[in-house]
Amino acid sequence: MVTTAGTTAARIEAEARPRPTDAASLAAWRIAAQVVDPEIPVLTIEDLGVLRSVTVTDDAVAVTLTPTYSGCPAMDAMRDDVLEVLTSAGYENVAVRLVLSPAWTTDWMSEIGKAKLREYGIAAPTGHATARASGPAGPISLKMAVKCPRCSSLNTRELAHFGSTSCKSLYECRDCLEPFDYFKVL
Amino acid sequence: MSEHIEADAPAQTPEDIHGHVAVDVTTLDAELIEGASVATADVAEYALWLGDDALVLAQQLGAWISRAPELEEDVALGNVALDLIGHARSLLHYAGTASNRTEDDLAYWRTEPDFRSLHIVEQPNGDFAHTIARQFIVAHYLFELYSRLRASADATLAAIAAKAVKEVDYHRDHSTQWVLRLAQGTDESRRRMITAFSDLWPYVEEIFRDDPLIDRLEGIAVRPSSLLPAFDAAIAPVLAEAELDIPSGFVASGGGRTGKHSEHLAFLLAEMQVLTRAHPGASW
Repeated sequence: MVTTAGTTAARIEAEARPRPTDAASLAAWRIAAQVVDPEIPVLTIEDLGVLRSVTVTDDAVAVTLTPTYSGCPAMDAMRDDVLEVLTSAGYENVAVRLVLSPAWTTDWMSEIGKAKLREYGIAAPTGHATARASGPAGPISLKMAVKCPRCSSLNTRELAHFGSTSCKSLYECRDCLEPFDYFKVL
Repeated sequence: MSEHIEADAPAQTPEDIHGHVAVDVTTLDAELIEGASVATADVAEYALWLGDDALVLAQQLGAWISRAPELEEDVALGNVALDLIGHARSLLHYAGTASNRTEDDLAYWRTEPDFRSLHIVEQPNGDFAHTIARQFIVAHYLFELYSRLRASADATLAAIAAKAVKEVDYHRDHSTQWVLRLAQGTDESRRRMITAFSDLWPYVEEIFRDDPLIDRLEGIAVRPSSLLPAFDAAIAPVLAEAELDIPSGFVASGGGRTGKHSEHLAFLLAEMQVLTRAHPGASW
């Protein structure tokens, strides 16, 4: 089933980072893609899959972003930062819009992004949102073990489902005894 | 991931990024949904129903921050409130397109009879068990609602629902864990959980009541009464495990969808709206 898995990964990658095909738009995409999440500054909006489109026309640049969570306050900062970085690069008439559809999922986080997240001390999402959504959620959700980003132990437990930001929950490692954030599957 | 980020991008510190962001707010297009059209009067009314439920509940939950039984719960209820604010913003923004009003106009400048929220969301926070019982009922209802609204013929409502359902799923799980924990905890926690369900159950019936508006929005809105079997099926195993009975007794009059509210809503709105009304047009 290697082919299937490979195809699925490629499909998710294309969905997560729909880079423009024309050179002018791609150049602007690369500049916008430098903007980082203000709460997790190791991740760019491209790593997250939050950058959805960049279109350069004769006299304007149109950018669309999608929020991670509906109420995520970091969205305003990311939107302002995209505007700032493109304006500084000399683009005029930059417009940044938020789109809700298709809904963002942690499946869109790049592998490089996940590695950077672990290095930063945050456990990356485990498993796929699609798997979570398809199973009929009973009263008790079954959770996959989360690996401690510090010592890689799987002997961890959830302290609180809702953590320091909407996208994270709080865990503790029972081996190295340190608490850590986990970027939960959405 | 492409290599260009490492190759082209100068390392940016958070200070670089947040040093001097000067943004003209008016250049930010507030449009939330790509290609979203203007809501018709009926769709706007329906969006107000759902948006007001989310807004009022978020305002209630915000009051727990710094007062919950433990720090983690401050954070949890704060996060749930934030998700709901997000849903309210999208829904009220869409509702406002029908009458050329912004989400803030609708949140801060309407008075009580113009709100369309259900009575259950305006019930007081009470003790922690009351808040959990209210969360349990509303989150299970919203999960069933948004699951189906994803298939709405209205693209904007479908997009908002597809986003919201994933978040509400976590709210449902959170309240379920607490219902089990309180009902099976100490005698005192169990007593409080039972009292809370008995106080809130009269407001469940209104959630699943069909209003004439629903007949006019076939294929767009979700018929509330159609959600009842799924709601019952979802809560039954939890209540069974918690050894809680569904309370019997009176059914509250309701009327939230037509602007008839209990006394609680006016106090809540007064607190929510006071700053904006004292300083119209202020921004920061």
